[in-house]
Amino acid sequence: MKSVFVYCEVENKIVAEISQELLSAGKRLAEKLGAPLEAMLFGKDLKGIESQISPYGVDKLFIADDDRLEPYRTLPHAALAHKILKQQDPQIVLFGATSVGRDLAPRLASKLNCGLTADTTILDIGDHFVKKEKKEYTDLLYAIRPAFGGSIMANIINWDMHPQMATVREGVMKKDVFDENYKTEVVSINANKILNNEDFVVEIIERHIEESDVNLKDAPIIVAGGYGVGSKENFDLLKNLANILGGEVGGSRAAVDAGFIDHNRQIGQTGTTVRPKLYIAAGISGAIQHTAGMQDASMIISINNDSEAPINSLADYVITGDLGVVIPKMIKYYKENAK
Amino acid sequence: MRPLKIIVLAKQVPDTRHVGPDAMKPDGTVNRGKLSTVFNPDDLHALELALNIKDRIPGTQVTILTMGPQKAADIIREGYYRGVDDGIMISDRRFGGADTLATSYTIVQAIKKIADYDLIVGGRQAIDGDTAQVGPQCADKLDIPQVTYVEEVLSIEEDRIVARRRLETGVETVSAPYPVLMTVHGSSPECRSRKAKKVMKYKYARTKTEMRKGDAILEALHIKRPHLVIPEWSVEDINADVTKIGLAGSPTKVKSVSSIVLTATESKVLTDSDNDIEGMIKELIKHHTIG
Repeated sequence: MKSVFVYCEVENKIVAEISQELLSAGKRLAEKLGAPLEAMLFGKDLKGIESQISPYGVDKLFIADDDRLEPYRTLPHAALAHKILKQQDPQIVLFGATSVGRDLAPRLASKLNCGLTADTTILDIGDHFVKKEKKEYTDLLYAIRPAFGGSIMANIINWDMHPQMATVREGVMKKDVFDENYKTEVVSINANKILNNEDFVVEIIERHIEESDVNLKDAPIIVAGGYGVGSKENFDLLKNLANILGGEVGGSRAAVDAGFIDHNRQIGQTGTTVRPKLYIAAGISGAIQHTAGMQDASMIISINNDSEAPINSLADYVITGDLGVVIPKMIKYYKENAK
Repeated sequence: MRPLKIIVLAKQVPDTRHVGPDAMKPDGTVNRGKLSTVFNPDDLHALELALNIKDRIPGTQVTILTMGPQKAADIIREGYYRGVDDGIMISDRRFGGADTLATSYTIVQAIKKIADYDLIVGGRQAIDGDTAQVGPQCADKLDIPQVTYVEEVLSIEEDRIVARRRLETGVETVSAPYPVLMTVHGSSPECRSRKAKKVMKYKYARTKTEMRKGDAILEALHIKRPHLVIPEWSVEDINADVTKIGLAGSPTKVKSVSSIVLTATESKVLTDSDNDIEGMIKELIKHHTIG
């Protein structure tokens, strides 16, 4: 059986969170197919990096370790990945739907003349009958993604031009260690032999990566506001509640677009996908764009003036009222009752 | 500084940002007829980036290229109204049903026909698919570098262009040699508005197909002012291989679609009274959700 392949991202010797999620998802697909899981990783100072990868059940890992491969640049990474994928001929290739994966994967899909599904949120294996050919194709990748601004979910398949490639959204696939002591065969790639000067024509002059102080994905409690919050000042109320509960503040796209809150706190399809223990939605109507990114929260409280807000159908508690009244009361009674 | 030759890739898309309840048919498929069409927002940013370079370097030539059904000629006219020099429409029924791979092949065939360019710009992604794939795929097929998520062009040099990219966690400034393809991020400046003079000049710009029903006055005008005829390229015009275009050239197929239904949860409905809120907080603490 042909392999499932994952392109891993690395920076400063740390394998990206999304890549660990992809390896976990890739392993689940590989197990369904009875196929090996393979991965590739390009960067610098990568000695011992396999210890971050092996536990996900990777059978074979291709590493190119070269100063010029980090930070990521399109052309050298595309040339290396192309060479390896040509040679390994996998059935499925997964990338993160990150600024790296979304830059690299389409270039590779063009080189390999294959299909690529963007921003997948569900991966599965299944069959498809092609009427025209009267032929059943088995063990295909089902790459399922929101489409049309999130109003529908589309199952995208590709049965004739392989490999089947997909970029996968961050925070959607569950991270899952397969075996702490898994034995991975490591193949070292000599980048010098594959790359030439042409691959380095784009130069990085400057780079400012902000260490994000926001960790919505791992926050157990999120207090999120929508356009209905009304102002940046009103968002301070939400911040107070989040601080007191030990949670983070988030916002819907409408709140971000209105400038009430920073874009790195956006929750939804074009933002972070979260699944906290408690999600408090204040002044959020519940567009699919937003609910797609939070509907898996264990408990949802909706605070809204509009008793008919669509988000209320998802909520465990629906409080109809003004958030300026409700939130201070929540803070007050929490302080009174929490030990 | 020498003037540049710039190609802007732009697409007309259904306005998925304003999907009303009637935009979905009962079977869960999209009712395209109920969605209005718009100039893809990121592509407007790309157009502005190109026109801004034209402002900075007089003599720069901006050509707008679009692919789509006849209605998409609006994109060319909108380009003219804002200041492009030329517009070309790729339109042929046989291009229909294309995924990003077939689309990029088609666009590249047209770019090869244009032949002479320093810079290609397009929006980062289109709101009907949000794939962000066609730009990088075109760059690959043209065998030129790509610079994605561009926020601002910082300097235009004789043989290189320097731009700042917006990444999800920060920014990066890169320098690339010509010819190069850039995709433009929505955080770049908004597109300028139409110029009244340009609207007057180009409002009768039409493709031949748009004119097929016959309009003697417009036809006479087009003979007098040939710049009003929007060139329209077919499969043959761009020398496209029919196995690589449209549905046939598209590896990805939609197996099924389902509409997203919010799963209804049994909700406790509360008021903003002290009693209700204190009760809820006590329940949450009791169940160790908070506290």
